[in-house]
Amino acid sequence: MNYALLVLAPPGSASRAALGFARAACARGHQLERVFFLDRGVENGMGTAVAPQGERDLPAQWAQLASEQGVELVLCISSAIRRGLLDATEAQRHEKVGPTVAPGFTIGGLGLLVETCTDCERLLTFGEGC
Amino acid sequence: MASDTPKASGQAEPPRLLLVTRSPPYGSSLARSALDTALAAAAFDMAPALLFLDHGVLQLLPQQEGAASETRSHGKVLDSLPLYDIDRIYVDAAALLHFGLQDMPLPAAAEVVDSTGIRALLEGCDHILSF
Repeated sequence: MNYALLVLAPPGSASRAALGFARAACARGHQLERVFFLDRGVENGMGTAVAPQGERDLPAQWAQLASEQGVELVLCISSAIRRGLLDATEAQRHEKVGPTVAPGFTIGGLGLLVETCTDCERLLTFGEGC
Repeated sequence: MASDTPKASGQAEPPRLLLVTRSPPYGSSLARSALDTALAAAAFDMAPALLFLDHGVLQLLPQQEGAASETRSHGKVLDSLPLYDIDRIYVDAAALLHFGLQDMPLPAAAEVVDSTGIRALLEGCDHILSF
């Protein structure tokens, strides 16, 4: 099965559930081409966040998944820049300190989410309510 | 997926893409993200249907004053949807009743749906994005 994920929840239980699903799907041999982070979900890609000792570092774990499985991690650009998540290009464009996006993540438009909808067989949403 | 499965019996062809929005209009940006996604999908020739569920029906309240919360008026974005061919809007009947809004004026394209109608919508479409 060709899966894709939409993550709306910030780092926390729903985001961990999404990561767990992503790992399990890859382990079972399914394809996971892209995880799209939208709204507060983009906070999962905050490179300047510091996880408290003994807690999981979610941006690092997502990045590990990306490098091991070739999963594309895309942060919605409008959600990202309003929260201070900037790549080098955006930091320069808006004359802000940066980049602040964690390694392994890229910034992209909502068009990529629409494209993902049509390309994958199953798109699962992980929001605050789950 | 499943484009060849039988469509739910209904008046209209089921939507390919359904966006379900359950958040109130202000306080968080989730409702706005749902509308942004709807506009993006429309720009890619995939105009979605919108289902306003639970607290999401509060997005349809008339006379919203975006300036009061120093954000853009959610209502104004909603008003612009027909310009993007987003003309299938479904509203949760039980939620309207819950909030005492059953007499509220709704967008021209809106259709009030009960739980059976909601189930048919969810079953009939190809893709659901839930906000």
